[in-house]
Amino acid sequence: MTELLNIENLHARVEEKEILKGLSLKVNAGEVHAIMGPNGSGKSTLASVLAGKPGYEITEGSVNFQGEDLLEFEAEERAQKGIFLGFQYPVEIPGVNSMYFLRTALNAQRKARGEEELDGIDFMDFIQDKLELLDMNTEFLKRPVNVGFSGGEKKRHETLQMCALNPTLALLDETDSGLDIDALQIVSRGVNAMRGEGKAIVLITHYQRLLDYIEPDFVHVLKDGQIIKSGDKTLATELEKEGYSGLTNETTAA
Amino acid sequence: MNTAAKMPTPPADNVINKDTQLDKTYKYGFSSDIEMDYAPKGLNEDIVRLISEKKGEPEWMLEWRLNAFRIWQNMVEPNWAKLGYPPIDYNDIYYYAAPKSQKEKPKSLDEVDPELLAVYEKLGIPLKEQEVLAGVEGTSNVAIDAVFDSVSVATTFKDKLAEMGVIFCPISEAIRDYPELVKKYLGTVVPQGDNFFAALNCAVFTDGSFVYIPKGVRCPMELSTYFRINARDTGQFERTLIIADDDSYVSYLEGCTAPQRDENQLHAAVVELVAMKNAEIKYSTVQNWYPGDENGKGGIYNFVTKRGTCKGERSKISWTQVETGSAVTWKYPSCILEGDYSVGEFYSVAVTNNCQQADTGTKMIHKGKNTSSTIISKGISAGRSNNTYRGLVHIFPEAENARNYTECDSLLMGNKCGAHTVPYIRAHNNTANLEHEATTSKISDEQLFYCRQRGLSEEDSVSLIVNGFAKDVMQQLPMEFAVEAQKLLGISLEGSVG
Ligand SMILES: Nc1ncnc2c1ncn2[C@@H]1O[C@H](COP(=O)(O)OP(=O)(O)OP(=O)(O)O)[C@@H](O)[C@H]1O
Ligand SMILES: [Mg+2]
Repeated sequence: MTELLNIENLHARVEEKEILKGLSLKVNAGEVHAIMGPNGSGKSTLASVLAGKPGYEITEGSVNFQGEDLLEFEAEERAQKGIFLGFQYPVEIPGVNSMYFLRTALNAQRKARGEEELDGIDFMDFIQDKLELLDMNTEFLKRPVNVGFSGGEKKRHETLQMCALNPTLALLDETDSGLDIDALQIVSRGVNAMRGEGKAIVLITHYQRLLDYIEPDFVHVLKDGQIIKSGDKTLATELEKEGYSGLTNETTAA
Repeated sequence: MNTAAKMPTPPADNVINKDTQLDKTYKYGFSSDIEMDYAPKGLNEDIVRLISEKKGEPEWMLEWRLNAFRIWQNMVEPNWAKLGYPPIDYNDIYYYAAPKSQKEKPKSLDEVDPELLAVYEKLGIPLKEQEVLAGVEGTSNVAIDAVFDSVSVATTFKDKLAEMGVIFCPISEAIRDYPELVKKYLGTVVPQGDNFFAALNCAVFTDGSFVYIPKGVRCPMELSTYFRINARDTGQFERTLIIADDDSYVSYLEGCTAPQRDENQLHAAVVELVAMKNAEIKYSTVQNWYPGDENGKGGIYNFVTKRGTCKGERSKISWTQVETGSAVTWKYPSCILEGDYSVGEFYSVAVTNNCQQADTGTKMIHKGKNTSSTIISKGISAGRSNNTYRGLVHIFPEAENARNYTECDSLLMGNKCGAHTVPYIRAHNNTANLEHEATTSKISDEQLFYCRQRGLSEEDSVSLIVNGFAKDVMQQLPMEFAVEAQKLLGISLEGSVG
């Protein structure tokens, strides 16, 4: 098993407040990990820190991605190295249509990798099967990024971007929240299409039902800034029944 | 500070340093090694006479200039705009500078100083018709009049346009060859005494473009003027006059750059447009004069009077401007809507960064019945800059059923810059229908991170977001200009985040 991501004893603060308090997690190539946990426990913070969002102070610990110190790199460099974050709350970019946005992003990444950039026509060819996979049409691409999108459309749009950018490590922050059953299936189809050798997916979710569609290899519970419990997919079913309140930090208690 | 703007003497040999690249961020900031012919510094009647003589002008033109000069002498520089700059010493400026090789106007490009051609090549301005016609990469179907300091160096596609009766030539040539047309319209839209800078321009203007589109002709290509200030301590005073006769159409593009210098340079242009019955004039500007360095040293003082009259019924004048350069911008492209059902439009993007100051907007003067106007202004401020929209919508008593829609949006980057909106409305007819909207927003950290997470650099992210903000205006630009203008928005804001 090749190791893709190794987080060790990560401590992170934002605005003087410690949010991640010694978090450790290993992700190998080919794996799907689900992270669950109560509101405010630090799940989105973990995703932001991994993606390089400015404003977080790392006070302790390390993050290794494909043999490199990930924390050394700027957000765009991490993206270019194959880290994708599906946002819990995607932001609006008025006046910039989705097609232009996606093509600019794709070309920025291709350029960084020394690949040829795609012109408008090539891009349309390129994006066609991804749109089909997600039951979307080209009309959608003409709309300004996230402006006036419904909750479900935003999530579908995040999934489309993931499929287009084809990341090595996808971090999906509640991409399933607010989706109806059909949309959930469609988004899951997109995520499953991403599974593959050499790649990994980390799903942040509150709902066990997502895991009926995307079967995880591991389920972790994140509480108060640490991973306090890990198991296989049966852990999710257990959590659904019992909730988080009974759980204490077994890893540090041990 | 109350010291006069420093305007030092030029090098004794009148040769400008070659390609001094002062600041990488302004890519047009080179100056070129071209032998120049200067008139002595300062402004008096003799200088006005000298300019007129150098241009080989008829007596009536000289008289017109002298009259303007006398008016100017009795005027004071306006100070109502939200601009601060040291007093300008009008006697410390060269009012005429021409490349020596231009003394005898070249008859074809082969006679133009190769150094001069090299400058335009560097700027990406296609002056060689054959290249344009052969579809050489990077060239497009645009007829160009290129003005270098005080003279026009080349007008392309002149013959092809002449076949259709379109006149497109340097204004100095029009004064000689089409005196009746020039006499009939010059100064009718912007009177000599309109304002301080316009009066100055009338006295000392050196070149610019003249366009006449005959009745019923749709001009088959974009007409374009490219202005460049190269010589040091030189003011540029260009004059443009465009007349679109009944049922005609023309789209005109204006671009400008200047080398980087530590001193401030003065630019005071006048543009007059006349649209007759059913005629349409679309005037687009990409203003990229040198803005000064990040501490506000150097840069162009840009005081421009642009105005168009919709004389005929159902005529239309549309101004689109992308203003990214200049240390100081004072500019209000306006429309006088005389003809019934005439239409005026103003689409503007003004970017200020570092210490730049812009006070820009428009006046829509509704005189005819059922006239309508649209104003869309997008101001983007960064650094310690100040960006003001100043506009007037004036409905005359006789203007029944006039309509105006105004939208002023400001985008702020950082918290040291200023954005101001000063809309004036004078409605003297109660059938008027006026709408005004204004917003102020900031580029959020969330937007920036979203873009960077997708692999865009910080600067490309800013450029993308800003172009999105300015899109309603940018899409008014002709294709030939849009791509360059888009890049320019990004470049002007470099270094404004982080
Ligand atoms: N910029 C910030 N300033 C102050 N506190 C912050 C900031 N960002 C996050 N926090 C706090 O950090 C904690 C963890 O937030 P985070 O968004 O990571 O939670 P989460 O596990 O994703 O929750 P949810 O399930 O509700 O999405 C919360 O208490 C939150 O208020
Ligand atoms: Mg969250």
